[in-house]
Amino acid sequence: MGKKTNRYFGTRQRRNEDPALLTGRGLFVADVHLSNMRHAAFVRSPFASAKINGIDTSAAKKLPGIVAIITAEDLGELGRPTPLVVPPPPIEGLEFNQQTQVPLASKRVRYVGEPVAMVIAETRYLAEDATDVIEVDFEELPTAIDLEKSLHDDAFIVHEDMSSNVAARARQFKGDYAKAAKAAHTVIKRRFTYEHGMAHPMETRGIVAQWDDRVNRLFVWAATQGPSLLRGALAGMMGMNEGDIRVIAPFVGGGFGVKVLYYYPEEMLIPWVAKRLGCAVKWIEDRGEHFVATVQERGQIHDAEIALDKNGMILGVKDTFLHDNGAYNPYGLTVPLNSQCSVLGNYVIPNYDSTMTCVYTNKPIVGPFRGAGRQHGIFVIERLMDIAARELGLDRNEIRRRNYIPHDAFPFNNELIFQDFTVLTYDTGNYEPALDRMLEVIDYKKFIEDEQPNLKAEGRHVGIGIVSYMEGTGIGPYEGAKIQVQSTGRVRVVTGIGTQGQSHFTSFAQIVADHMGVTPEEVDIITGDTDQFYWGAGTFASRGAVVAGNAINEAAEAVAKIALEKGAEHLGCAINDVALEDGHVVTIKDTTKRVPLGELALLANPMRGAVKPGTEPGLEATRFFGPERGTTANGVHGVIVEVDPETMFVNILKYFIVHDCGVIINPMVVDGQIHGGVAQGIGNAFYEKIEFSESGQIQNATLADYLLPTSMEVPDMDVEHIETPSATNRLGIKGVGEAGAIPVAAAFAQAVEDALDLPAKGIELLDIPLSPDALWILTQS
Amino acid sequence: MLKEFYTVTTVVNGQSYKRVIEPRMSLCDFLRDELDLTGTHVGCEHGVCGACTILVDGLPVRSCLMLAPHADGADIQTIEGLANEDGELNVLQWAFREKHALQCGFCTPGFLTTITAFLAENPNPDREEVREALSGNTCRCTGYQHIIDAVLLAAETMRADK
Repeated sequence: MGKKTNRYFGTRQRRNEDPALLTGRGLFVADVHLSNMRHAAFVRSPFASAKINGIDTSAAKKLPGIVAIITAEDLGELGRPTPLVVPPPPIEGLEFNQQTQVPLASKRVRYVGEPVAMVIAETRYLAEDATDVIEVDFEELPTAIDLEKSLHDDAFIVHEDMSSNVAARARQFKGDYAKAAKAAHTVIKRRFTYEHGMAHPMETRGIVAQWDDRVNRLFVWAATQGPSLLRGALAGMMGMNEGDIRVIAPFVGGGFGVKVLYYYPEEMLIPWVAKRLGCAVKWIEDRGEHFVATVQERGQIHDAEIALDKNGMILGVKDTFLHDNGAYNPYGLTVPLNSQCSVLGNYVIPNYDSTMTCVYTNKPIVGPFRGAGRQHGIFVIERLMDIAARELGLDRNEIRRRNYIPHDAFPFNNELIFQDFTVLTYDTGNYEPALDRMLEVIDYKKFIEDEQPNLKAEGRHVGIGIVSYMEGTGIGPYEGAKIQVQSTGRVRVVTGIGTQGQSHFTSFAQIVADHMGVTPEEVDIITGDTDQFYWGAGTFASRGAVVAGNAINEAAEAVAKIALEKGAEHLGCAINDVALEDGHVVTIKDTTKRVPLGELALLANPMRGAVKPGTEPGLEATRFFGPERGTTANGVHGVIVEVDPETMFVNILKYFIVHDCGVIINPMVVDGQIHGGVAQGIGNAFYEKIEFSESGQIQNATLADYLLPTSMEVPDMDVEHIETPSATNRLGIKGVGEAGAIPVAAAFAQAVEDALDLPAKGIELLDIPLSPDALWILTQS
Repeated sequence: MLKEFYTVTTVVNGQSYKRVIEPRMSLCDFLRDELDLTGTHVGCEHGVCGACTILVDGLPVRSCLMLAPHADGADIQTIEGLANEDGELNVLQWAFREKHALQCGFCTPGFLTTITAFLAENPNPDREEVREALSGNTCRCTGYQHIIDAVLLAAETMRADK
């Protein structure tokens, strides 16, 4: 029997999905046009906190083209609070106060943008006209906006059935920090803040639903990262069978976490109203809505301390932090739990004590966005390492090297509950080579000994930042795939995850091509259609390649075996004498003796007679993969910046990444993922901040005011790969989706401090995002 | 005084169209909803992100900021009209694929139209000129580096082909 060789796996391959996307033929949800399709628009709260005394839709109903106006009283069963997406984790002593929203508010609104009424009209223009004349009698209430003040005794309580704004409290610890701190040579304490930012995929959210009463089925097209999850949610909310709902995630224009299932009101209401009206209904979020109606991330305050011995060895870390939850917590503790676990970084920290308090505020809901809490944790530990190095007179890289988890200590048990509810265990890792390589490519020694002193002597403010990070990726529960050889000889792969630009149509095809003896172009990947593949979770948490990739690998292996068996039978020889090559089963001795895969597929589906007992028709197999736990990627980022002391503008001169995401399927795709992550990290570090007023209004809710990095702000990057195979899966791969974004703020802060010699002036950069004005204020005080 | 409806006659990608529309209809909605040319994508509807960029009489225009009646008599090119006559990717599209200059592909139509106009004006740009030319279009996936690589490859290939 032929053994799989890696011909395409691991190589740079052009993408199969590109021709459609480059010619305007890719189907996105906004492109779905159906006959008899109506359009929705929403009336949203203009207040962050208000009572609703009444809603008058009478004027709106008289406008032309109005099909229906829906308020909470029309919703019946759908009007109840939505379930939690992620339940509370099994942490001992956990306090968890669940609050989820209702699809349309009827009595109270708790953030600017909370939906109050839905208009269905013949066109979107007419629907928006009607939203302008729907009169909602709001009675404005006080607000809880500031994260810290929202815990004060006199704070306004966001949820009237609670006695405080504490959404959750969880302590996780290992060892005995207090004891470790007592024995320490040095203890460093600092406060770190991390402000709200947003993902802003270029495609906003959107959903089209169609009820067809001829077949009693609901058809849904949605810009979602989790089509199967959305189907389950709709079935639950509408009291329907899952199988009667088909959810299709077509091409999705970026997700970055904010398009996973949150029970977004619009995602529940559009399918519901389509069924009620017996027609198709479309809603596409506009960018203004996106600022308030889509989840945000990042608001945290950490009071952290690190205890070290005189050699810079970490004895323990303690962290007490506040996490801004926004007005509801449908996604449970995923983000703060990631923060809590990520503070451990790449280091041996024998004693760790972390307490998180999640706080309800009158702000839009907080949910995972690329990095999903990890960058906060990495920022805390990496900044602590920088300060420790300074106080102990050690080189910043040396202190990290001394504390790295050694290569032979894996699997490394961190004894904490992670976001997948398993015990956080780093499966494999090899941290020192990544640091060594970084020092080499960035030419660290030459920079600090030669270039930097010379440039500073010329009056230029240049600095270097080098930080380490890890990323928990590839979590369960599972994904699956069905692979089928078509009569044309093409290989068809269907999997339950959706795709938002991750190059699944290519990377997955590379896995299959090697097994089946075809080219990646001969493999068709179908993702995100619940009628094509029933089971799945979704594309989030850097898990697609790891979890779906391994399911696909196993299914391909099984189909290859069936093809070889059938081929050997057809060619009249033993299975060990045949191989898959060039779209055929061939005899190894004489490869001109061959049968095409398509012909075998037809032969495997006879129209007369019977297939052999115990066999199934077709060249087809379905396999599932569920990793026991996640797999941990890691890397080192290095940046050289120049700061203009007049304007405090930071110019990034060089950016290097040495990254280890295990075995790589397609290096071109991995580079792209890293580049994009770093670009978002740069925005996060220096440009992007949601400015809330005291009344909870977002004061910069346009893309002209909320600054996404452009090509002028994102530098060219050099990416190098180290491949330490994962131990959790046969392909040895680790996730990469979020990695690029995680350490950027920490690297940026270190480099800017260095450029401006801030520590010598008693200034430390402990708050993200930085900005020219923030730097100016800090350095003038 | 505003009329209730306007008749708009345009040529889009070489084909003539005539539609009667409300004066407030944006050009991007006109292309997408009236002409079913959904390759032009709408990212922000306030003229910042550049996803909806099309070529009007050869010049890049944000189709979300232009009202459809203003396109009466215009010659428009959209993403659907960029490929070669035989349907093959043109040099710029090919270069985008070669250099992995797109991930989700949502912003890509606006980049391709913007760059088409840029390369017509400056067929031999350097890296910094390309960077500047792209600065009005937002991409949230790629970090721009591969897009810049692709534009330089396309420019080089176009020059060699001439």
